[in-house]
Amino acid sequence: MVSERRKFILGSVRSAGLLALGGLVWSAYVDEVTASKLILRPPGAIKEKDFLATCIKCGMCVEACPYDTLVLAKPGENKPLGTPYFEPRNIPCYMCTDIPCVPVCPTGALDEKSVSTDGKLDINKSRMGVAVVDTKNCIAFWGIQCDACYRACPLLDEAISLQYDKNSRTGKHAFLKPIVDSDICTGCGLCEHACVTKEAAIKVFPREVVLGKVGDFYVKGWDKKDQQRLKNAKEIKTKTRLSEKKALDNLNSFNLEDF
Amino acid sequence: MKSFWKHYRFLILRRTVQITLMLLYFGGNVWGWKMLQGNLSSSSVLGIIPLSDPFAALQMFFAGAMITTNLIVGALIITIFYGLLGGRIFCSWVCPVNIITDAANYLRRKVGFNQIQKKQPASRSLRYWIMGLSLVLSYILGVTAFEFISPISMTHRAIIFGLGLGWAAMLVIFLFDLFILKNGWCGHLCPLGGFYATIGKKSLIRVDHNEENCTACMKCKEVCPESQVLFMINKSSEQVLDGACTNCGRCVEVCDDDALNFSIRKLAKEKK
Repeated sequence: MVSERRKFILGSVRSAGLLALGGLVWSAYVDEVTASKLILRPPGAIKEKDFLATCIKCGMCVEACPYDTLVLAKPGENKPLGTPYFEPRNIPCYMCTDIPCVPVCPTGALDEKSVSTDGKLDINKSRMGVAVVDTKNCIAFWGIQCDACYRACPLLDEAISLQYDKNSRTGKHAFLKPIVDSDICTGCGLCEHACVTKEAAIKVFPREVVLGKVGDFYVKGWDKKDQQRLKNAKEIKTKTRLSEKKALDNLNSFNLEDF
Repeated sequence: MKSFWKHYRFLILRRTVQITLMLLYFGGNVWGWKMLQGNLSSSSVLGIIPLSDPFAALQMFFAGAMITTNLIVGALIITIFYGLLGGRIFCSWVCPVNIITDAANYLRRKVGFNQIQKKQPASRSLRYWIMGLSLVLSYILGVTAFEFISPISMTHRAIIFGLGLGWAAMLVIFLFDLFILKNGWCGHLCPLGGFYATIGKKSLIRVDHNEENCTACMKCKEVCPESQVLFMINKSSEQVLDGACTNCGRCVEVCDDDALNFSIRKLAKEKK
């Protein structure tokens, strides 16, 4: 005979099991879709990890964008579902000076302060990403004259500047190489959009994907301000155990027959 | 014609409300209308009044997100609105998924699946567990867990912002409700429905059953998406007080005997 108690226990265990199974599949899926790092967010977006928790996916930034730059991730695009992003090769951010996409955000996932200077909106402060040049496929690096990205850049000669180098192949021409200053680049992607090669040779990536971090152990010795960073450097104690034998003993202990 | 209106008045009204809201949102995105911008997760009315999905806000809270006043105000407005009128009014009068699951349910009745499979192999309280799980997972993963899988958001975003593979989610729900479980999504699984059922426990608009008029035709139980809330049919005269009732009004309009009507919740308990 099956008692009520047994039925109850079986029922409880079954529910718990179902819940655990569902929870695991669910979290595995969410973990997977939110893991995509290569996604460019609207101006003023807070850190990606916080952004994923804070964005309510209402699409008001998308509606505010006059150029249809921003879109919400649809199912099947393998991006965090419903969150806003843009692909500069299709439509770059045209850097509206009134930044319509940011103040409409109801949750603060797009932070107005981060794109303001002295209380005034300032799109040049946005850091949507950073442009990276593929020097092997950029024709300017071949010596062919092209400054499409340089001209397209809204921070002309600041975010992208041209470096003049001698072309030793011809001996009488110059390379005009586009160089990105990652401190100034906003990641708007106008350069990527303008690039003439089949697949853009200058591309925008999220800053945390591309940029390195020096840490506190290397400072510019010629820059007093930068030297201050040394204060943050905490000593690392490495312990190497010393041999207790004397060096001479170490040599004498060799058995020559081993060699 | 008159009897058609009588038998479908709430259904027609509900579809009108659902479609109008979606149209306003759609116009907000495509034509820049100001009436209603955003979507069901969060929106702004005339660019002034914020509205936010309180369940999404709750998940954000558990995920450790910073909560803005705008969001709190929006979520409060929605909570109070549905808390007063009937929590699951959202489900039957606003949510676009309701149209999909109603269609599946309609087909089930027409094809006669309900006669073949009378007992449903799942508990309706599952949704409350999923609701709890959403919050737990939001806390653990640090993201709004349900919002990343919600077929409701997928559907309204698909309508407002473009489809993508969103049709697949809609189809899955339709087929699930049609073949696997009667009222499967809205009546068993959806944590948002569970959330609104919880909010609307004490809400004011309630269906009232008058047992004296009842002829026990059971049409109401047949159409009701939450038929367990109609346990009192032909048994006793009382109001449908279960929060799971969506106030869709189907039972009221199919009743030919004036035994079911909308009413205001009786606040003081009557003594019999």
